[in-house]
Amino acid sequence: MYRETDIVQDTSIEGDLIINVGPQHPSTHGVLHLVITLNGETIKKIEPHLGYIHRSIEKMCESLSYRQFIYVTSKMDYLSSHINNHGCALCIENGLQIEVPPRAQAIRVLMDELTRMASHQLWWGANAMDIGALTPFFHAFREREMINDIFEETCGTRLTMNYMVPGGVMADLHPNFQKRVKEFIPHFKSKIVEYDELLTDNIIFQNRTKGIGIISKEDAISYGCTGPVARGSGVYCDVRKLNPYEIYSQLKFDEIIETGGDCFARYMVRMREMKQSLSIIEQLIDVIPEGDFQAKTKAVLKLPKGEFYSQIETARGEFGVYIVSEGGTTPYRIKFRSPGFSNLSALDFMARGSKIGDLIAIMGSLDLVIPDIDR
Amino acid sequence: MPSLENIADIIHTWLNITFNSTTALLIELVIVAVSAIGLFSMLGLILIMMERKVSAYMQVRLGPNRVGPKGMFQTVADTLKLMVKEGMTPNGADKFLFNLAPFIVMIVAMVILAPLAFAKNFQLWDLNIGILFVASVSSVSVIGILMAGWASNNKYSLLGAMRSGAQIVSYELSAGLSIITIVILTGSLKISTIIQSQSDGWWIFKGHIPALIAFVIFIIAVTAETNRAPFDLAEAESELTAGFHTEYSGMKFALFFLAEYVNIFIVCVLGATLFLGGWMPLHFGTDTRFNELMDYIPSSLWLFGKTFFLIFIIMWFRWTFPRLRIDQLLNLEWKYLLPISMFNLLLTTLMAIMGWHF
Repeated sequence: MYRETDIVQDTSIEGDLIINVGPQHPSTHGVLHLVITLNGETIKKIEPHLGYIHRSIEKMCESLSYRQFIYVTSKMDYLSSHINNHGCALCIENGLQIEVPPRAQAIRVLMDELTRMASHQLWWGANAMDIGALTPFFHAFREREMINDIFEETCGTRLTMNYMVPGGVMADLHPNFQKRVKEFIPHFKSKIVEYDELLTDNIIFQNRTKGIGIISKEDAISYGCTGPVARGSGVYCDVRKLNPYEIYSQLKFDEIIETGGDCFARYMVRMREMKQSLSIIEQLIDVIPEGDFQAKTKAVLKLPKGEFYSQIETARGEFGVYIVSEGGTTPYRIKFRSPGFSNLSALDFMARGSKIGDLIAIMGSLDLVIPDIDR
Repeated sequence: MPSLENIADIIHTWLNITFNSTTALLIELVIVAVSAIGLFSMLGLILIMMERKVSAYMQVRLGPNRVGPKGMFQTVADTLKLMVKEGMTPNGADKFLFNLAPFIVMIVAMVILAPLAFAKNFQLWDLNIGILFVASVSSVSVIGILMAGWASNNKYSLLGAMRSGAQIVSYELSAGLSIITIVILTGSLKISTIIQSQSDGWWIFKGHIPALIAFVIFIIAVTAETNRAPFDLAEAESELTAGFHTEYSGMKFALFFLAEYVNIFIVCVLGATLFLGGWMPLHFGTDTRFNELMDYIPSSLWLFGKTFFLIFIIMWFRWTFPRLRIDQLLNLEWKYLLPISMFNLLLTTLMAIMGWHF
């Protein structure tokens, strides 16, 4: 809801310029509202104002059954709805001690990695657009479209899939799935070279991102950064490695670490992660085990009394699901730990003293998805 | 095929026979004004369409393809939309300056058309300080932009205008110095003389490396001067929403938009005139058959061909490069382009004195 009083106009100190970036702004990618105090072009302070699209998802979940509430989480981080669903399903499976069949585990990992790639592709285009290059966005969407088509065939939707359910996945893979993914792998391998030629090696892009928005390892940890933002500062925080779920412990992949701590390091983490995801998919696509795609579960799930937590690595960082159960059919209390919120909290620290253009580059490198921050 | 020169001559003679000389002059002025406005709007239509198609080609998509054959009338439809839109003036804006600014920017773009030679002997006003006139009038447009940014009563506009002021004033130096390079080689500020001096070869071929350096610097500087990406900091869509024209809508916005494209056209005509021989056809040494073949192509086509080639390059920049930051932009000018231009100027002077060029 928009109120006139939200827009801050007063200047506290003489000579400071206060600018409202958002709620509607081309590069906040959503309704994020930043109140920036400027001295000329130099940023003195950033204050994020949240709450424009707060839907109280956590409260809503309390009135939904354990099968139902998963679907709401698709609308949080809409770019990684598979992974959000997966995180919630993991938490319920932990509580009920459900054994997920190997086929479902493989499918889940495949879908997660495809989601990660699609999300990083969108980020790559949007980040380039923030920095002023408009063409990469369309190139990124060309590849993302192929992944969305793959999702559409198997899951029926392209964005909010609702495919992961407690005990496995909702339906079996489409017969075309393996063929489509095998077509996508060589296509993307040739295109990621193009990505590097177009943007990574560009001198202007490197000047705009190297040494900008530096956050040290210690600060990244104390701000609670996770995912590529923390890994760009040299923090080992990949949940897939630290606390492996599903079949990640059997797969060969590297945790990408860069030590620069600047926008370019975060950029490189994501670019290299896309290649890692591709290699995971390559390892798995030919050896999807046969069997059930869903474990046999009761129609009405009831978690035993207690507290349950599970964590999962989304494209943006660690996504945590914390459920308090009183033994009923609905959760007593639920809390999501979303990666975007913690990453956004470091924005002020990163951007102080830099220019407006840098702020946009830093925001691009944080890969913010606003519905994830504002649940 | 009659050349533009012949048509102009025929009209001039006919008017002078039919009317007395004062009336004939007045009618000629009206014709000139109408054709200038006609060229202006045609350029708007063609260049915007070209930009959209070029960008679509680079971005693996089709571009406009619904209105008219191959979407050719899309720009016309857009113009109609802009005409019927309400021209809003924000609260607290300086109304007079706010409404004046787009006209200043457009009038400047129109006035610069005067000394440009569009074909052989086809020129509105061949004044003896032609290049100086273009350089000086074009710097007035920054006043329009500053005025727009200041009068809008919007912080984004103000920041955009501030950036634009710093940028245009800086890059004018490099553009001016690279123009002077050719003036030194030619020995004249008159545009017809500059073109005539290239009858045995374009300056980019004749002027050795200094002319080549000057050409590259000229292209970079004029891209910055026309506020095009990668130097579009004054508009910087992702940072300042639309920079100095954030608050403009309807036809007032359209005038800014049109002026931008006409400015691109003008600087590209200038580039073609200075470095690529204006309307001079391409000639190779003593290969007379090739040279005669080239002469058959009308001179206006030569100029427009070269101009659109340069425009394509500038569009190519826009759809490939990310945007620079304001301090990097000014560093590029003051730390690199300006010293190189200065050195290049000395080199050219030496070359001109010693007569080393062809």
